[in-house]
Amino acid sequence: MLELLMRALLGGLGVAAVAGPLGAFVVWRRMAYFGDTLAHSALLGVALGFLLDINLNLAIVVLCVGLALVLVTLQKKQIIATDTLLGILAHSALSLGLVAVSFLDNIRIDLMAYLFGDLLAIGQTDLYWIYGGGLVVMALLVAFWRPLLAMTVNEELAKVEGYPVEAIRLLLMLLVAVVIAVAMKIVGVLLITSLMIIPAATSRKLSQTPVQMATFAGILGCLSVCGGLWASYHWDTPTGPSVVVCAALLFLIAYTLPTRKMAQ
Amino acid sequence: MSTRLAELKDIGIRFGERQLLSNINITLHQGEIVTLIGPNGSGKSTLIRTLLDLQQPSSGKVVRHDTLRIGYMPQKLHIDPTLPLTVKHFLGLVRGVNKKQIAPTLAKVGIPHLENSQVHVLSGGETQRLLLARALLNQPNLLVLDEPVQGVDVNGQIELYNLIAAIRDELNCGVFMISHDLHLVMAQTDTVVCVNQHVCCSGSPQHVKDHPAYQALFGVPGADASLAIYSHQHDHVHDDSGEVVEEGHVHSKHCQHHSH
Repeated sequence: MLELLMRALLGGLGVAAVAGPLGAFVVWRRMAYFGDTLAHSALLGVALGFLLDINLNLAIVVLCVGLALVLVTLQKKQIIATDTLLGILAHSALSLGLVAVSFLDNIRIDLMAYLFGDLLAIGQTDLYWIYGGGLVVMALLVAFWRPLLAMTVNEELAKVEGYPVEAIRLLLMLLVAVVIAVAMKIVGVLLITSLMIIPAATSRKLSQTPVQMATFAGILGCLSVCGGLWASYHWDTPTGPSVVVCAALLFLIAYTLPTRKMAQ
Repeated sequence: MSTRLAELKDIGIRFGERQLLSNINITLHQGEIVTLIGPNGSGKSTLIRTLLDLQQPSSGKVVRHDTLRIGYMPQKLHIDPTLPLTVKHFLGLVRGVNKKQIAPTLAKVGIPHLENSQVHVLSGGETQRLLLARALLNQPNLLVLDEPVQGVDVNGQIELYNLIAAIRDELNCGVFMISHDLHLVMAQTDTVVCVNQHVCCSGSPQHVKDHPAYQALFGVPGADASLAIYSHQHDHVHDDSGEVVEEGHVHSKHCQHHSH
């Protein structure tokens, strides 16, 4: 039991530590809906993984990255407004995933676990995926911090100053895709985006610089994981939703407490 | 003739069925201020974006000479309020910036006291100066300014134009900018290019002002009382614009663009 909890805690912390800082970019660039779309499509990845009998994590990563690339291409063509496009893709991918899963007669999969996450089902391999993927994402985030931020602040200025804006935008989308694929096990496809944006939004209240906001977002995410797990252990609540409720509570506390006067 | 920095050659731009710009030829030189003027939707911003390589021309080409280094000031700065960012950090994002230059550059554009302020709380004029500082930090020999005085009151506009002219004198850089108001900018500009889908007329501010094509677009100068107030601003600078105000003209409808 203790080992189970430790693995859950380790996995959750690994995911939250990466989802927080990346979530800051999702908030700044208003990519929440983009994250949702990728997350919803992850279920399709699970179904395909079972059907083709390949590693599930791999299937999800490949599908998310593929969808991110499709999105970038479609966005450039400007056939249809981006939010409409995302809405279409998000819900058709989710439905397609659910339909595909229903074809898997001989395999019983716990749909609830995929939709809402099951922290306690994290295995040793999952931990490798979380920390491997997490380290890569973190390293890229640190290495490309300035270009990423310059692009977020103003794409045209960044481009004129010589930053490779297109490549950086793609990098950010891929990072989000990888984090979603990795985080799916923890909080499920319906809740992943919340683990990215809620800690980041809470962190905004406490920060004066982008670095602060990204760091605090990671820390707040970790606190939410701890709180969620603790609640889940004590009251036998579902772990994924408990983590999100905990993150939402932190958000409420940060925004209702009187503001400490910042030095301005 | 001074060094050429960039040339727009026979530029044409189509958006689908619509020919936005055609046959535009402009050459930008070191030390010269070129002001682009034209009504809304005339393609001024698109032309600037073409020079910046943010927009591909449908025909013609942009020649950028080897020495060219552009400092760009966009029309507006929108930073999402969820992104906490101080002036210092904003300027630190310039690619390859020498951070020691940030404080002196802020002083140069007249906002040294705002270094640690959040960018969201700046006024219109302060934001424009911040953007100018960012353009300068790129160590440009050509400043490209898309409506640099946007959102600034008239006194502030004159100050900003004077500042831009002073920076040109100091750095001997070229300046290529968009303005809505020839009368405010004419004292500090060497060449005016009047654009409305094509180049209507170009030359010295005085030449353009008296040109029939310009007057057809913007009305007869001096006819509007609010313009007459400013027309004396530049009299003493440009000796050839002494005979500006001719009284008794009827205000043309085309002048409505002056109401901001």
